[in-house]
Amino acid sequence: MSKGVWIAGGGVICGIGENLGACLDAFEKMQPGMATMEHLHSVHAQTFPVVEVKADNETLAERAGMPAHWSRTALLSMIAAKEAIQSSGIGELKQYRTGLVSANTVGGMDKTEHFMEAFLADPKKGRLKEVVHHECGSVTELVADALGIRHHVSTISTACSSAANALMYGARMIRSGMLDVVIAGGTDALTRFTLNGFNTLMILDQQKCRPFDDTRTGLNLGEGAGYVVLVSDAVAEKVKPWCKLSGFANANDAYHQTASSPEGIGNYKAMQGALSMAALEPADIDYINLHGTGTQNNDSSEGLAIERLFAPAFPPLSSTKSFTGHTLGASGGIEAVFAAFALKEGIIYPNAQFTTQMKELPFKPVTTFSRGNVLTHVMSNSFGFGGNCSSLVFSK
Amino acid sequence: MKAYIQGTGCVSAQDSSIFPETIREYEGDRLPVADPDYKQWIDIKQIRRMGRVIKMGVAASHISLQDAGVKMPDAIIMGTAYGCLADTGVFLNKLVTQQEDMLTPTAFIQSTHNTVGGQIALLLGCHAYNNTFVHGAFSLENALQDSLLFLEEDTSRKVLAGAVEEITDYSHTILSRFGLYKNGVAAGEGASFFVLGAEKDEQSQAELTAVEMLYKPASKEETGSHIEKFLNRNGLQPSDIDLLITGRNGGDDSYYEAIEADLFATQPVAKFKHLCGEFPTAAAFALWMVTGILKKQQVPPAIMVKGNAPSKVKRILIWNHQNTTHHSLILVSAC
Amino acid sequence: MADLKAQIIQQLNLQEVKPEEIGNDQPLFKEGLGLDSIDALELIVLLQQHHGIRIANPEDGPNIFYSVRTMAEYITAEKSKTA
Repeated sequence: MSKGVWIAGGGVICGIGENLGACLDAFEKMQPGMATMEHLHSVHAQTFPVVEVKADNETLAERAGMPAHWSRTALLSMIAAKEAIQSSGIGELKQYRTGLVSANTVGGMDKTEHFMEAFLADPKKGRLKEVVHHECGSVTELVADALGIRHHVSTISTACSSAANALMYGARMIRSGMLDVVIAGGTDALTRFTLNGFNTLMILDQQKCRPFDDTRTGLNLGEGAGYVVLVSDAVAEKVKPWCKLSGFANANDAYHQTASSPEGIGNYKAMQGALSMAALEPADIDYINLHGTGTQNNDSSEGLAIERLFAPAFPPLSSTKSFTGHTLGASGGIEAVFAAFALKEGIIYPNAQFTTQMKELPFKPVTTFSRGNVLTHVMSNSFGFGGNCSSLVFSK
Repeated sequence: MKAYIQGTGCVSAQDSSIFPETIREYEGDRLPVADPDYKQWIDIKQIRRMGRVIKMGVAASHISLQDAGVKMPDAIIMGTAYGCLADTGVFLNKLVTQQEDMLTPTAFIQSTHNTVGGQIALLLGCHAYNNTFVHGAFSLENALQDSLLFLEEDTSRKVLAGAVEEITDYSHTILSRFGLYKNGVAAGEGASFFVLGAEKDEQSQAELTAVEMLYKPASKEETGSHIEKFLNRNGLQPSDIDLLITGRNGGDDSYYEAIEADLFATQPVAKFKHLCGEFPTAAAFALWMVTGILKKQQVPPAIMVKGNAPSKVKRILIWNHQNTTHHSLILVSAC
Repeated sequence: MADLKAQIIQQLNLQEVKPEEIGNDQPLFKEGLGLDSIDALELIVLLQQHHGIRIANPEDGPNIFYSVRTMAEYITAEKSKTA
């Protein structure tokens, strides 16, 4: 890679913590965030545990400095983006050509589904205020405007891999010299739309999800936002960056609309492409943050793709979704922050709820939290519907 | 950083000819796509679950690949502001009316914004880079920019890039309540796809010279100066533009007029939204039309607003804006 | 079984397929009628909507939905349980 792209900082809000520090605590104390939903109103409340951010919209709005009637997706986004910028130490954004590339899957759907109740009864009814930010891009703009970002604003939506693709696009713009700084990541609030959607696919676990476990029966939905601050070589010289974004690739499984191919063709190609861009061998990877949703299909495909690429030696690997649930459009961003921070601090995250190794795999996830590991290269996987598969590699 | 347009495909309110014998006009404030028989491109077994927007996208992408003589692209990069609205509406309707009970998966699966890009990949068996931008009136522009950046990394690549949008009864009703379709502005929809390559060859139809977005300019002056700087960066003056194609939609077009008077006083000016309607990715239709104009060196008289249709066209600037806050600049040149 | 075939065609939007063209014992999935895993989920909802039968485990799908006959037999058996 000719020009470098650095991670100068990161911020997260999700169901296990309102910032990165709180999330680390939860990992260290082995406290996954699954619980009965309190803020989302659904008939399935008692059936499916979720990993909600433990705050109502008023509280989030205050932290975000935004009106409480805006989509929760925007509020979460703003909180994590602010933390990311603060942690980076790059100072005022105004001095740089700055972009915001954010991902989400359903925009302001939390408000739209409320609007529809009145609208379906009478098309003249329903408050327009509730659908004005329905579009995915509109949510991003609320945050860009609040942060004063104007050089570049864009939104990506490729289902569960969305935010990883946001990092890639941001990195490409920095490498080409278009921008100096890009806040890149994703956000998604829990909605009835997605909860019911995943329920129709019968892949929601009624217990805590068990990624990469032989007894797994599905995923838990979560919510949150996660952003990294990507900076150019020139900006990186002025701060202490966490690490480099050394490789990334996006491939399509082209197998089925929702399911992964049994052998994980897209997953394999994404991981292989990211390694190749970073000019690394599989053996160079010191930790993998798995996509690991906890569905039969994902974990088996992802696992077999890892086996094919990494055998016979497997790096420590774990799915942090066993704590945060699957935060959809945010997951790639949240996990990029976790992965980059792991590299910086020598941390390996545990995979919670693990009891039984998957029969088809020769490896099992790490189950305990540890510090002081020597990590040089870390991989983060994000795969999704539509066959969209993405892998990122972070390097010291 | 530029690319060559190797093939195009479009499904719009007009026939798929850039120089249609008759221009289809619609009464009222809706200009829907003249749905072709999608079965000519999509197998009957695969078509049964597809919403209209998916069919439009698959058809337009198929036509563009055929036009370019490319079987397997090295990337599929899409833009859509609203995504798959019809399926989103179906799922929302059932969610509300059936109180979250007995919902079916098909509408949900098809509602995700990357459905069209995913379906194109699935039908082609294409494992390459696949991305979907969902940023209102910047969706197409980001897809084009990502394509240019992707080509820069490896100039042997061929990228399938495009945009889709659909009108549904719900979206039309809601957007009408926002006052979008007043004073003769008609809602539009459609799909346009392009095969882009970094290297010029005998297949090249036009050069995609540059793409740029301008977000929330503080004033008309800023917009004007931005357009001028954009042209300067590409070694051009406003007077070098042979044809300016604006996103006039029949509503309040004074913003275009003011800047034209300032920068493009002597340049011929054209429009396109009377042909495709107003929608966030309408500039894709304009790019499709412009590629045909540059290839055939012929300007359809029906698009002219000011001045005479030039007999020779080297450079065309497409300038589209939404609500004066989202400006898209696409510079296209003859090969 | 004719009713059930009509329900299947409607639920799965099987364009250009007529009820009489589906054989009672013809496999519905793969090489038979060409249905896939999404259709299986749709059929689960069909049973719920038209016959009041809930299938909790999607893994039961392949046996129940093997053909129109196996579906009809399952429906009859389930209904006799609740009757």
